[in-house]
Amino acid sequence: MTKWLEENTPKLVLAPSFVIVLIFVYGFIAWTAWVSLTRSRLLPRYEIDGFIQYSRLFESPRWDTAFSNLFVFGFLFIVIAMILGLTLSILLDQNIRTEGAIRTIYLYPMALSMIVTGTAWKWILNPGLGLEATVRGWGFENFTFDWLVNPDMAIYTIVVAAIWQSSGFVMALFLAGLRSVDQEIIKAAQVDGIPTWRVYTAIIIPSMAPIFLSAFIVLSHLAIKSFDLVIALTGGGPGYATDLPATYMYAMAFSRGDIGQAASSAMVMMMVVFTIVVPYLYSELRSKND
Amino acid sequence: MTDMSYAPETSRSNTGKIALRWGLYLMLGLFALFYLMPLFVMITTSFKSLEEIRTGDLISLPREVTFDAWRTAWSQACTGIQCEGVRPFFWNSVLIAIPAVFISTLVGALNGYVVAQWRFRGANLFFALMLFGCFIPFQVVLLPMARMLGLMGLAGTIPGLIYVHVIYGLGFTTLFFRNYYVSIPSELTKAAKVDGAGFFRIFWSIFLPLSLPIIVVTIIWQFTQIWNDFLFGVSFSQAGTQPVTVALNNIVNSTTGVKAYNVDMAAAIIAALPTLFVYVVAGKYFVRGLTAGSVKG
Repeated sequence: MTKWLEENTPKLVLAPSFVIVLIFVYGFIAWTAWVSLTRSRLLPRYEIDGFIQYSRLFESPRWDTAFSNLFVFGFLFIVIAMILGLTLSILLDQNIRTEGAIRTIYLYPMALSMIVTGTAWKWILNPGLGLEATVRGWGFENFTFDWLVNPDMAIYTIVVAAIWQSSGFVMALFLAGLRSVDQEIIKAAQVDGIPTWRVYTAIIIPSMAPIFLSAFIVLSHLAIKSFDLVIALTGGGPGYATDLPATYMYAMAFSRGDIGQAASSAMVMMMVVFTIVVPYLYSELRSKND
Repeated sequence: MTDMSYAPETSRSNTGKIALRWGLYLMLGLFALFYLMPLFVMITTSFKSLEEIRTGDLISLPREVTFDAWRTAWSQACTGIQCEGVRPFFWNSVLIAIPAVFISTLVGALNGYVVAQWRFRGANLFFALMLFGCFIPFQVVLLPMARMLGLMGLAGTIPGLIYVHVIYGLGFTTLFFRNYYVSIPSELTKAAKVDGAGFFRIFWSIFLPLSLPIIVVTIIWQFTQIWNDFLFGVSFSQAGTQPVTVALNNIVNSTTGVKAYNVDMAAAIIAALPTLFVYVVAGKYFVRGLTAGSVKG
C-alpha cells in the first residue's frame, strides 16, 4: 500500500488540477457550445435546435457593430502598439544612461487595471472639461475633440487608451529580444563599417521574428478579451457604437437575459482566439518535444 | 548590451553625433510625457476642488490643495445605493486576492514540479490541456460558472470569487513553475530518490529553496491579475462583495448627482495603488512575469 502510494504520489498530486481543468475549462466550453445550439432565453434549455442562435447573432446589427469593431480596434491596436513598442525599444537600446527609469515610466500602465485606465482617459477625453476645454483655454477657440461622444470616432478612444496601456509591454518584449541577438554578429557588422540603421533592418530585426509572433499573439489575445476598458471608457456607447464581442456577450448574459445569444457570441469569440492561438501553441509544444 | 558607441568613426562629425544624441533624449522625453500625462492629470485633479476643475484646465496644478476628494472617495462616495466610498470594496479585494494568490501559487508549484521532474505518461497531455486553458476567453465559461457557483452555494460570495480566481489562475502558475523547474537537471531528483527521499521531501528540501525568484514572479503576476480583474468581479459578486474595480466603475458611471471628477480620480488612484506599489518595488519581477507569460520555452 505505502509502495503504491509512493509510486503514484505525482499522479495523485496532479489529479485534482486535472479534474478541475477538465470540468471548469473543457466541460464548461462544452456546456456553452451545447447551449449555443438551443433556444435558451432567460434560463438554459437543453433541446438542441440547430444553429438558430448563430443566425440570430449574425443578423443582429448590434453584433455586426461589435464584430467589426473588434477588427478595427484589434488591427489598429496591434499594429500601432507593435510599431511604437519597436521604436521605443530601439531608442532605448542606444546606451541610454537613464534607461532603467525610462523603462519604468513606459511600462507602468501595464500594472494598472483597465478600469483605472478607462477612468483616467474618460476624464481626459471628455469634451466639456477635458483636453478640448484645455486647448480652447489656450486660445484655440474652435478646437474640437469630441471622439468620446462621437459614434463614428469613439472606438478610436479605446484604441488610444489600449495602446497607452500596453505599448510599454511590447517595448519590454522587444528590448529583451534586441538584447538576445548574438553580439558577435553585431560587432562584426560594425567593424565592417555597416551603418547602425542597416544593422537593425538587416540583422537585428529579422532575427527577432519569434518575438514579433509572441507580441502579436499576446496583443490579439488582449484585443479579443477587451471588456473592462470599453465598460469604463465608453460603456459600449454612444448607443452601442463601441460594443465589442466581449461587451455584447456580457450584455446578453447579464442584462438582456438572452443566454442563447450570450453562449453563441462567446463561442464565436473562442473560435477567433483559437484560430490565432492554436497553431502557435501547437508549434511551440512540438518544437519543445523534438 | 548592443553597444553602438563602439562603431568606427564614419563621415559623421562630432557635432552631428551630439545633435543626434540630443534628438534621441528629446524623443524619449516626449514619450515619457505621453505615458506620465494621465497619471499626472489624475493626481492633480484629485487634489482640486470641483469649483477649480470647472474653471481651470486639465494640466494646471491645483491652486489650493484639498484632500476632500480623497476623503469622499475612501469613505463616502456612492456605488449605487450604498454610499460608503471604496473602503469596504478595497478590503473585499484584499480578502479575495490574498488567499487566491496563495493557493494558486502553491498548487501551481506542485503541478509544475510534477510536470517538469516526475514525467509519466500523460503528464505532457495534462500540461498541453492546461496551457490551452490559459488562452480561452473567459466569456466562454461565464455562464456555466455562474450556475456552478449557484449550485455550490457560493454565488455572490467572496469564497466564490476566490475559487474562480484559483481555478483560472492555475494554468499560468503551473506554466511558470514548470518552465522554471524544467531547467533544473533531473539528475538531482534521481540522486535524491536513490538516497531515499520521497516526493514531498525532494520538493520541500531541494526545489522550494531554489524557487524564490519564480515564487516572487508568480505571486506578483497573480496578484496583479486578481486585483485588476473586473470580468469575474462584476459577474460573480453582489452588492456587498464587489471588488474594488467594480466599485470604482460604479462610482464613475453612477448617473445620480453632479459628476465629481476629483472623487473619481482619487478613487481610481486608490484602486491602482496596490499594484502600482508592487510594480515600483518589484518591477524587475513584474516584467519577468509578463515576458514569461508570453515567451514560452
